[in-house]
Amino acid sequence: MAKLNMVKALNLALLQEMERDEDIVVIGEDVGVDGGVFRVTEDLHRKFGGKRVIDSPLAEAAIVGTSIGMALYGLKPVCEIQFSGFSFQGFHQIENHAARYRMRSQGRFHCQMVVRMPYGGGVRALEHHSESEEQFYAHIPGLKMVIPSGPRNARALLVSAIRDPDPVVFFEAKGLYHAAREDVPDEIETLPIGRAHVVREGADLTVISYGAMLRVAREAAETLAAENGVECEVIDVLTLSPLDRETLVASVRKTGRAVIVHEAPRSFGPGAEIATSIMEGAFLSLEAPIRRVTAGDVPFVGFARERANVPDVARVLAAARDTLAY
Amino acid sequence: MPRKVLEPRFSVEYLSILDSDGNLDAALEPEISPEQLQTLYRAMLLGRRLDERMVRLQRQGRVGTFAPIKGQEASQMGSVFSLRRTDWMVPSFRETAAMLWRGWPIEKLLLFFAGHLEGGQPAPDQRDLPITIPVATQLPHAVGLAYAAQYRGDDVVVMAFFGDGATSEGDFHEALNFAGVWHVPIVFVCQNNQWAISVPIKKQTHSRTLAQKALAYGLPGIQVDGNDVLAVYAASRDAVEQARAGDGPTLIECVTYRLGVHTTADDPTKYRSEEEVQEWERKDPLTRFAAYLQKKNLLPEGLEQEVDAEIAAAVTRFEAAAAADPLRMFDHVYAEPPPHLVAQREEMRERLRSDNAPPEGEPHPSPPMRGQRSTSRWRN
Repeated sequence: MAKLNMVKALNLALLQEMERDEDIVVIGEDVGVDGGVFRVTEDLHRKFGGKRVIDSPLAEAAIVGTSIGMALYGLKPVCEIQFSGFSFQGFHQIENHAARYRMRSQGRFHCQMVVRMPYGGGVRALEHHSESEEQFYAHIPGLKMVIPSGPRNARALLVSAIRDPDPVVFFEAKGLYHAAREDVPDEIETLPIGRAHVVREGADLTVISYGAMLRVAREAAETLAAENGVECEVIDVLTLSPLDRETLVASVRKTGRAVIVHEAPRSFGPGAEIATSIMEGAFLSLEAPIRRVTAGDVPFVGFARERANVPDVARVLAAARDTLAY
Repeated sequence: MPRKVLEPRFSVEYLSILDSDGNLDAALEPEISPEQLQTLYRAMLLGRRLDERMVRLQRQGRVGTFAPIKGQEASQMGSVFSLRRTDWMVPSFRETAAMLWRGWPIEKLLLFFAGHLEGGQPAPDQRDLPITIPVATQLPHAVGLAYAAQYRGDDVVVMAFFGDGATSEGDFHEALNFAGVWHVPIVFVCQNNQWAISVPIKKQTHSRTLAQKALAYGLPGIQVDGNDVLAVYAASRDAVEQARAGDGPTLIECVTYRLGVHTTADDPTKYRSEEEVQEWERKDPLTRFAAYLQKKNLLPEGLEQEVDAEIAAAVTRFEAAAAADPLRMFDHVYAEPPPHLVAQREEMRERLRSDNAPPEGEPHPSPPMRGQRSTSRWRN
């Protein structure tokens, strides 16, 4: 058991899986000698060589596209897109192909591959280095979409993603890379993809979030308990697609109230699907309209205005109190 | 600090062995056994005759939109003929002759173009990717396959097909660049059929050849007479041998012509002249190769009838295929269906049960492909 930050925890997942399975290759820009711009692939090149840890030319479509070819052959590529904001140059390869080969070939081929990418704000970065764009990937049939919220579940989910026979888009919150250290067991650990996790039990209100926003949701829950004597149930979604509707619905059937917190813009975002799923499964238990606390429906605003745009504890508290008072 | 030339001036080879008048450059004639020559001709003829039959089937509404190959048989067969069964073939969407040669049954292709994904399922031992429609996007997959083969130390060559229009797409350039940097065993076969739907090659690129685009990526590029099956074969054989020997990728540009429509939803009289088509009909790859075989006394009697009978039998099998079970649309989304898909499948099962049988109706006209306008023919 070691105390690791999320970067080191992800690195451990890659290292241990690559030691276990020679079919796993890592590919991306600067992932080799440099160890990745966020150091997630540090030391892998030294340990496994340039054939397995590939410093690719700078082209997102071909990073994803060649990974697809490798996966069709039977390798298990883990490719890194340097920032999620650049992933749209390879988006067609994910949507048109990675997610569809199983269907197109009627099961003859599939793409066992992971597309990792840092996402989200909080690091005072330029445009395309701060956005939260998970909704595009969560919408694609045939694809899985995973967003961990801390070192331990990041490591376990990355191991599960690598072993999953379907293509997984794996979002890593940049704001969490160095935010906290957690005990991470030495032995390999997995977490089931498609399962949300109840991180705090409570009977009054369900707060649903994921990734970097989970910390905001938890802090709001603690404040509500301390200041208002309200016990929130906090759910870490962990997998956006396929969404664990069962856990979400079961919680709201108990609490009757829900607040959803995400960093992505509101319209057509994950909150819409989550709210609808709750409405479909727990309509008669609802005591108040479901609230969404999200970024605005605006393009990148510049990091000088980021704090106003990205949800914070005060906004979650306000939404929660409105919901409770309804 | 002078201004100086860093690289030698590049040159691009052009290869023609058997010209449209039947003149043979005997010094360049590849060694192909009489049996193989006959096999090659039969495969080209099968491609042509099936293509013609499929156009009729489409007009009758028995298959949907597809992209005919007429005129491109030599480009396809000359190249794919140099592969082993253990090599990989990556098609785009206009490779019927090459796909038949690689082992796709006729009825499976018909099934695919009749809207059944089952027709796009390669056999378990077949090293062929299914048809890929977004232009040039299959090329990075081919490079990835070649990388994986090299990584595993397998004796495998990958051959990837695309058209002239694909050379304008970013994925083409990225694929060639990656292939060059990684030095993987791949042969890129460009069927330059002069037209990307309505856009002629001179509006597609300012380059004099498509083959020369390889040079920028440090790869050899060669232009061949794509209607001369001997030239295509000779160039492909060399490129495949080079790839197999670990000497890296090659781009082959086959200069050919699409004698028919872009797809069955297309009307080429809108954008090209009848004179141009007639000029290329004189260069027909089949008549040229037939004359060559005739001189060698290798043209079998009754081959057309034999090929047509093979096609007719396959059409019968295709039409006897079971109706599509809609519920199977949920089978291959994920390895294991997640709960929401299990629920959606159940929802559909209930709906189908209560609807009785879904209405059969008249066959639907085929929609256009890739941004085409709908033509009057399509509306009819």
